[in-house]
Order: sequence, then structure tokens, then C-alpha cells
Amino acid sequence: MALAAQKSDALEARIARLDRPTAGWTAKARADALARLSSMGLPGKRDEYWRYTDPAGLNLAEAAAAALFDAQGEAPPFDGIDRLKLVFVDGVFDPAASDDPALAGVEISLLSKTGGADLHWAQGLYGTLEAAGQSPVARPFAAMNTAFATEGVMIRATGRAAKPVSLIYLHKSETSDAILHHCIKVESGAELTLLENGPAAARFSKVMEVDVADGGRFHHVRTQGRDHERRAITHIFARLGRESLFKSFTLTANGRLTRNECVIDLTGADAVAHVAGAAVGDGDFHHDDTVFVTHGAERCESRQVFKKVLKNGATGVFQGKILVRPGAQKTDGYQISQSLLLDEDSQFLAKPELEIYADDVKCSHGSTSGAIDETALFYLRSRGVPESTAKSLLVLAFLAEALAEIEDEALAEDIRSRLEGWLSRHER
Amino acid sequence: MGALDNDTALEVREGVDRETIETVQAMAGKYKYGWETDIEMEFAPKGLNEDIVRLISEKNGEPDWMLEWRLAAYRRWVKMEEPRWAMLNYPEIDYQDQYYYAKPKSMTKKPKSLDEVDPKLLATYEKLGIPLKEQMLLAGVEGSDEPRKVAVDAVFDSVSVGTTFKEELKKAGVIFCSISEAVRDYPELVKKYLGSVVPQSDNFFATLNSAVFSDGSFVYVPEGVRCPMELSTYFRINAENTGQFERTLIIADKGAYVSYLEGCTAPKRDTNQLHAAVVEIVILDDAEVKYSTVQNWYPGDEEGRGGIYNFVTKRADCRGPRSKVMWTQVETGSAITWKYPSCILRGDDSQGEFYSIAIANNAQQADTGTKMVHLGKRTKSRIVSKGISAGRAQNTYRGLVSMHPKATDSRNYTQCDSLLIGDRCGAHTVPYIEVKNNSSRVEHEATTSKVDDDQLFYCRSRGMDEEEAVALVVNGFCKEVLQALPMEFAMEAQSLVAISLEGSVG
Repeated sequence: MALAAQKSDALEARIARLDRPTAGWTAKARADALARLSSMGLPGKRDEYWRYTDPAGLNLAEAAAAALFDAQGEAPPFDGIDRLKLVFVDGVFDPAASDDPALAGVEISLLSKTGGADLHWAQGLYGTLEAAGQSPVARPFAAMNTAFATEGVMIRATGRAAKPVSLIYLHKSETSDAILHHCIKVESGAELTLLENGPAAARFSKVMEVDVADGGRFHHVRTQGRDHERRAITHIFARLGRESLFKSFTLTANGRLTRNECVIDLTGADAVAHVAGAAVGDGDFHHDDTVFVTHGAERCESRQVFKKVLKNGATGVFQGKILVRPGAQKTDGYQISQSLLLDEDSQFLAKPELEIYADDVKCSHGSTSGAIDETALFYLRSRGVPESTAKSLLVLAFLAEALAEIEDEALAEDIRSRLEGWLSRHER
Repeated sequence: MGALDNDTALEVREGVDRETIETVQAMAGKYKYGWETDIEMEFAPKGLNEDIVRLISEKNGEPDWMLEWRLAAYRRWVKMEEPRWAMLNYPEIDYQDQYYYAKPKSMTKKPKSLDEVDPKLLATYEKLGIPLKEQMLLAGVEGSDEPRKVAVDAVFDSVSVGTTFKEELKKAGVIFCSISEAVRDYPELVKKYLGSVVPQSDNFFATLNSAVFSDGSFVYVPEGVRCPMELSTYFRINAENTGQFERTLIIADKGAYVSYLEGCTAPKRDTNQLHAAVVEIVILDDAEVKYSTVQNWYPGDEEGRGGIYNFVTKRADCRGPRSKVMWTQVETGSAITWKYPSCILRGDDSQGEFYSIAIANNAQQADTGTKMVHLGKRTKSRIVSKGISAGRAQNTYRGLVSMHPKATDSRNYTQCDSLLIGDRCGAHTVPYIEVKNNSSRVEHEATTSKVDDDQLFYCRSRGMDEEEAVALVVNGFCKEVLQALPMEFAMEAQSLVAISLEGSVG
């Protein structure tokens, strides 16, 4: 029992400085989330889904300081893309730097502005998908986020959004600790592209609940800053209706600790969900992709494509699961996790799981780890390509399968050029 | 296919007629070895405490050090918690409601040779197809010109009934006897190696075994010796409410080679019986051990009543450079299987292989796989696992591949395939992959599919009935593993694959 008391003390300390509104349309969801969190407690290294990632930095009562990063004039991501910008500085909305949130086919509101009201269209969504995603694996930081989020965007797409909505997270205070909670509803037949970029804060917790109705289409492309010292724990909870589409791609370039959890529930027949990630890490870098896809309806397709390039002691983690419920026949599930270890200090830890309760399904997963292919390198060099260029080429080729999951060409190109830039800066 | 009486729950699927379902109903629950031998037994009192541990030790005529070793394990076990991480669902086991020691009365005075053994016991093994007379051959081997000799250690409940070909093996320098004899006759070897691969503290079931193991086999193959024949142990559980806890210790000294087979069966009963075994294998420089298992414990009936709870810890330690181990298992029996034969690849250039077929039908649950721990340089491992689920069964592959920082230039290849027959079973894959150096290559592949309709149709168009066709397709699916088995087992395994799936079509 001493242990239970210790656990509860640690949780008390962790949430002592956080503020939970007890009025307004999110109040009930927040109270429920706090109750969930109290019963779960904070995660520890002994928890099955934290065996490869030490949650200590996320459990601390105060965020460890992270030095501010100077991009040295480098253009920010998605610079040339026509988009609606919403800017958050250390988790606080910055109206002056943001565009007017008026966009054809989309309705946008802020948690901080509407939170006091008693009614909001997102009331049925806020905390709902997060709560559903707590079983069978507990996700305490997501519950903590629902209870204590200070800001977030509520986006409802009712038609085809005229341009992408772009969330920009700036980091300006060395010890900021930000908690954002977004709700996104893509109505039947509607389509929305959401972009995210930036380190956000010294410690960043983000939950995004995405409800895609029948025939809706949702695209998500994010970059999580580059070479920042931040720690981040992010969750995506998505529910997909019949014939809907969900595509998410994440580029992570360094960062002290990154844990991206993605929980997808395919509830309508013929839905498609693709989740992809490319991570490049150099030095003190720990990156964890934890993905849980549930097939609950017939003829759905899911793809998980995760690629990691690691060097100088960087660690990459992948925990992926495809769960096929009874009756989800004709499921097509695919999962690949691969790492390229550029030196002997780096490591890759993976747990790619399948759990299948239907017989007429096609599910496969693959996982590989190894160094750069010496014969391919030799071939390129024999053709006159300098060694560093040849290595970059091979690394990019390795990451290509993940990048191919970005449907929009311009966005894919933007990500590709960022990767090239990062690789050339991190040649040694 | 269980719960067939419940017509509403039964969905008649495309291509399945009522007749097939009725055949299925008639077939379910076939188990060839479900009879029991009526023989007078001597039991230790029910339950587990230090006195029982002392009693087992005394019955085996063990020296003090062995008793102390057991007691240390028991004291540790009392403080341990039963692991529950496996995807297995079974009611709590009452460890006090079991007999931990049961031996045929006729074995009270140890027979000097097989001729003195109770004919009832000999008949039991004969009926099981296990030759305890040296002139007999292992049943099922046909077409070989030269009779192949297989030495057998037969274990009946808690005691070893006898070991064949002992003398011939002795001439080659090979020691093959029951572990209780080894404790008495070769204490130095046992002291040196027992618990050195699976320590007393290893896990809940291994610790329990360390406290109460009653018998099992001991093999020592000296330096440079190639064991002249295959060795085998046959385990039979007979007595009711009795757990079987055997311990096997195999040592292959430098440059030695041995192939070891293990088989097991148990009577049909409505209650569950506990089996918690430990197998330790020590492999020194350049030595090689092949360990093959056909696990055919009673799986329970089609409703999931009865069957063996099988919690086994098997581990091979490739201590010397260039040593090699190969595990091959065909898991068709047991209500619950919890088993992860592992390889510690400590010596440079050592190799580990794991080939497994796990079949779960009716209400069976299997959570099985392997661990490949690469510690030495240039170590290689290969895992081929085929899981087949039918009826309402759950089949899980759980495995670990770990490349330590110093295990440079190592290699692993893992393939796990699952086959589902019917829409009420489950097939799961839980691999852990830990790579801590970059010169090693690790590849893991897993697929899940159903029996291919095109293949079935082809077989049917050639005049096979559906059951035969499924058996053929499944045997094809398992081919890679079946080929790795010694011939004696390959035949048995092939027919077992067919039998275990009888009644699962639909």
C-alpha cells in the first residue's frame, strides 16, 4: 500500500500547479478525466507500454528548462503554402500573429474564448474519444491533458475547407509547460487538411480528438520543430465513419523526448487510415511512436509506416498494434517499422503487435533494423557521388516510403527539403 | 468449434453445409491418448509446504545440498506472484489443491533393470507407442533399412520408470539417466550446472519447479563425442489432481553433439492438471544440441473442460564459441500453453534456431514463442513460428530478439505466420525487438491469413474432401517447421497436425 500512496503523492505533485475550470461546457469532461487519471496514476518504467521510454521527464512537477532555439534565418515549415495560420506562443494563443479564423467550409473557435459558455458543438467530443482510447491501454497523460488543458482549437469542417488550417507552436520561454487540447469534427463528405509545426514549449502536452463522419476526409501533416531540447507527449484519438479517410504524417527532427501516441478506431465499413512518421535523431534524442489501430468494421484498410534514422546515441522506439475485432472481415492491415542506425551507439526498440479475432483478414507487419547498405554506398561512390551525398541519398531513399504517405505534392516537397537540410547540417 | 449446441450462435457461412457442421460436431474432442492406467499409486499429502519439499527430496534419496537448494527455491516462491501478462485466460490455480508427488507403488523399490518393472507400466508405454524394450523400434518409422536406435527415459507422474540403452551409451561415454539418479551418481556435474541456465529466481513457475521437481532426465555428452543415438524422454501424467514437475538438464561438452526428443500425453479428465517443467541446456565450445518436442498433453474437451495447464521454462545457453542449439516444437495439446524456449547466444559465432508449430483448437489457449538474446559477436538466430487457430481458440506468438551492444555483426531473421480457421478464434503476435548496435541486422516479418480458398478449391477439384484438403494446406503452411524435425517426430507431427484440426473446418 505504501507504493499506492507514493504513486498518488507523485500524481498530486504533478498536477498541483495545474488549473482545472469547474464551469462551462468542458467542466464535466474535465472532472471525469481527473477521476480517470487518479485511478491510473502516473506511468512508470514498469508499465508495459513505458518499458522502452522513461516517463520521468514528463512526470516531474515542473518542466525542465529547454534552451531556446535559433533557426538562423531558416524559413519555417510550410512557408510557401497558402494556409490559415493560428499561432500559439508557449501554449498561449497569439491573435496578433494569427490570421482571422474565418474560412469557407470551416468553423473555428478557441477553447479559451468559448470555455466559459455552457454549450458548444464540441461538447460531445471533448474527452470522449480520449476516454474511449484508455482501454485496453491506459494513457494517463491524455487524461491529464483533458482535465487541465488551457487552450485548444475546435474545428468543424462542414464542406471542403478552402485551404489548410495551420497551427504554429512557438517556444519563447525556457521553462514553459503547455497543455493544448484540440477537437476536430469532419462532417459527412467534408474535407480538411491540418498542418502543425513548432516545438511549442519546454514541455508540451497535446491531445487531438478527430471525429471523421461517413465519407469525410482528414489530412494531417506535422513537423515537431527541429534540434529543440523540448519534451513532448502528444496523442491523436481518431474515430472513423463509413468510407472515411484519415491520413497523418509526422516529421520529427531531434528533441530531447518525443512520445507520439496515435489511437485510431475504424468504426465504419470501408474506412481508410494511414499513419506515418519519419524521425531523424542525432545525439540526445529519444523518440517513441506508439500506435494502436482498431478495426471494428468490415473492409477497412490501415497502414502504419514508421522510419527512423538514428546516430550518436539516439534512441528510436516503435510500439504498434493492429487489433481486428470479431466480425471485422476483409480487413487489410499493414504495419512497417524500420530503423537505420548510422553508428554503433544508437538503438532501436520495437514491439509491433497483431491481435486478430476475425478469419478473413490480411494483416502483416515487418520490422527491420540495420546499418547503411555498404554495397549501395559503394555503387554510388563508384559512380562518382561523394560519400556524404551518397549517404544522404540512401537515407532519403530509406525514408521515402513514409513520405509517400503525404498526399499533397507541395507539402511532401516541403517536408523533403526540410529533411535534406537537416541531414546536411547533421552530416557528422 | 465449440458451443455447437447453440444453433443461434452458429453462422452457416458460404460453402459450408449442415453436413459439414454435423461432422464437425462428431469429430470435436478426439484425443488418442485419453485413457488412464489403473495402477496403485503412492501420493504425498495434498498441498505444498516445506514438509512436502523435504519429503520429495527424501523420497529421491537426495543429499543435503539438494534439499537446501529446493528449500531456498520454495522460500523464494512463496513471496512471488504468478505472472499474468500472457494472453491467457484461466481461473486462479489453487496450488494447495494438488498432489506434488505421486509414484506407482510398484516403483517403491527401484527396479534394477527394465525386466523388473511392473508389466502394467510397460504396457502403458507400449500402448502409447513408446518402446521400452531395447530390441523394439520406435513406432511409426518405416522404410529405413537400418533400424534406428532411440534411447528412452520414461517418466510416469513423478518418477522415472526406466531408461533404455544405458549401457551402450555408457560405452560412448554418454550419461543418460533420470535426474534423481544423476543427483546421487554425478553430484559434481549436477552441482555445477543445475540452475546455471534457469536460476531458482527466474520466474514463478521455474521457481516452483526448482522446489518440487520430482524427476526428469539428465544428459551429459563428453568432449568430442557425437551421441551414437537419439535420446528421448516420454512424460506421462496418469494420476488425478497431480501436477507434474520435471526437470531436464542437458550438457554438451566441447565439440559434442546430441539430438534429444521429448513427448508427452495425459488422460482425459474434466479437471485441469498442472505441469510446470524446466529444461536447461548447456552448450560448450563447438557443441551442438537439437531439442525437439511434440507436446500432446490432453487439451480439454470441445467445451473447454479439463486439459493440462502447461507452464514451461526452457532455455539453452550457448556458452562456448561456435556452439549451436536448435529448438523444434509442435504444440498441439494442453488447455493452456505458456512456453518460451530461449537461446542465450553468449559464445562468439554461436547460433540459435527456433522452429515452432502451435495449434490451438476448441477452447485451447497458447501463448508461446522464443527469446534470442545475442551477447556474443557474429551470433546468428532464426525464428520460424507457425500458429494455427481454430474453433474458439486463442494463439499468441510472443518473442524477444535482443542484440546487445557487444553483439556486433550479428543477424536475426524472424518469421511468424498465423492461420485462422473459422471466425471465432484469435491469432496474435507480440514480438519485442531490441537492437543496441548498428552492425547487426534484424528482420521481423509476420502475416495473418486464412486458409486460401483457391488452394482448397484446387484440392477439392482433385477429389479430396474438405478435411483432407485443409490438412494438406495446413501441412504445407507448416512445412518449414516439419522439415526441421527428426524423422521419428516428423511423421507423428504431420498426423498430429491433421488430427488436431479435425472438426475445425467451417
